[in-house]
Amino acid sequence: MAVMNVNPTRMELTRLKKQLNTALKGHKLLKDKRDELMRQFLDTIRETKELRERVESAIRGINAAFVTASSVMSKEALDTALLYPKQEVYLEQSTRNIMSVDIPVYKAETRTSEKSDIFSYGFASTSFELDDAVEGLSELLPDMLLLAEKEKAVKLMADEIEKTRRRVNALEHVLIPRYTETIHFIAMKLEENDRSSRARLMKVKDMMVTKQIEYKHTHPDAV
Amino acid sequence: MIKIAVMGDTESIKGFASVGLDIFPCDREDEASALFKKIENAGYGVIYITERLAELLKKEIEKTDKQLSPSVVPIPGVSRNNGIGTDMLKAAVEKAVGSDIIFNK
Repeated sequence: MAVMNVNPTRMELTRLKKQLNTALKGHKLLKDKRDELMRQFLDTIRETKELRERVESAIRGINAAFVTASSVMSKEALDTALLYPKQEVYLEQSTRNIMSVDIPVYKAETRTSEKSDIFSYGFASTSFELDDAVEGLSELLPDMLLLAEKEKAVKLMADEIEKTRRRVNALEHVLIPRYTETIHFIAMKLEENDRSSRARLMKVKDMMVTKQIEYKHTHPDAV
Repeated sequence: MIKIAVMGDTESIKGFASVGLDIFPCDREDEASALFKKIENAGYGVIYITERLAELLKKEIEKTDKQLSPSVVPIPGVSRNNGIGTDMLKAAVEKAVGSDIIFNK
């Protein structure tokens, strides 16, 4: 990996060491975050899968009931029966935070809470298949809302896991090695400077000593 | 206070009106995209959409995946179902884990 383009000074070395420390701490934290997110994700996706299978098969059944109902009733009668609903559903949306991912939580509020009060039509002109379908649908509604909540959570968490994983990898394989190598490079360079200046000093001392000896030879009577 | 929308062909979604959800019938496929945008902008928090239309609007739905709201959920319609609801979950697993370890049994 490439060494960063920096001046090999002691100040730069301290700065880089600090940065490396931060990078290592961040790496550890992000790794923990990724692992925990993954654990939660796997739990959620398993639940979601089951829920989806259940909801899908229920809706298929309800669709079949509607088709049967529409085959025994006239289109007009069916439309009149269905299109003026008694029931109304509102959602209260709040958020829950899982490892820094905001996921929605839905709380449904219905206008009529009475279970038998869902039929928007009289029973005289409609077929019983329709009753089954409408009843099934209103029983399924809580599950459908849960599915919406969970699928959103799954998608948001998948996104966050991918992001976190990229960060962890970037730190692990790019940033941290780069810092380590640059620190090593600066340390080596400083040591090398140290050695060369010491060698120079020794050489200078040698030269001075030789000069002194020579001086003593030529002036034997000097103090 | 947010509302729930159901989008799809009339035949498939008629029933949802009876339980108090807002239905948006869409029988022509070329109108689907515009209708979806309209629903999105109207501030619906949850949008159920038939699988047939979900396939057509895949790009639009993927755009909403990164936002908190709305939550778009594919549901089977009366006809031409393609399992796109499960496929979307599969894609999420592949994105997070790297390979599909949940659905490939």
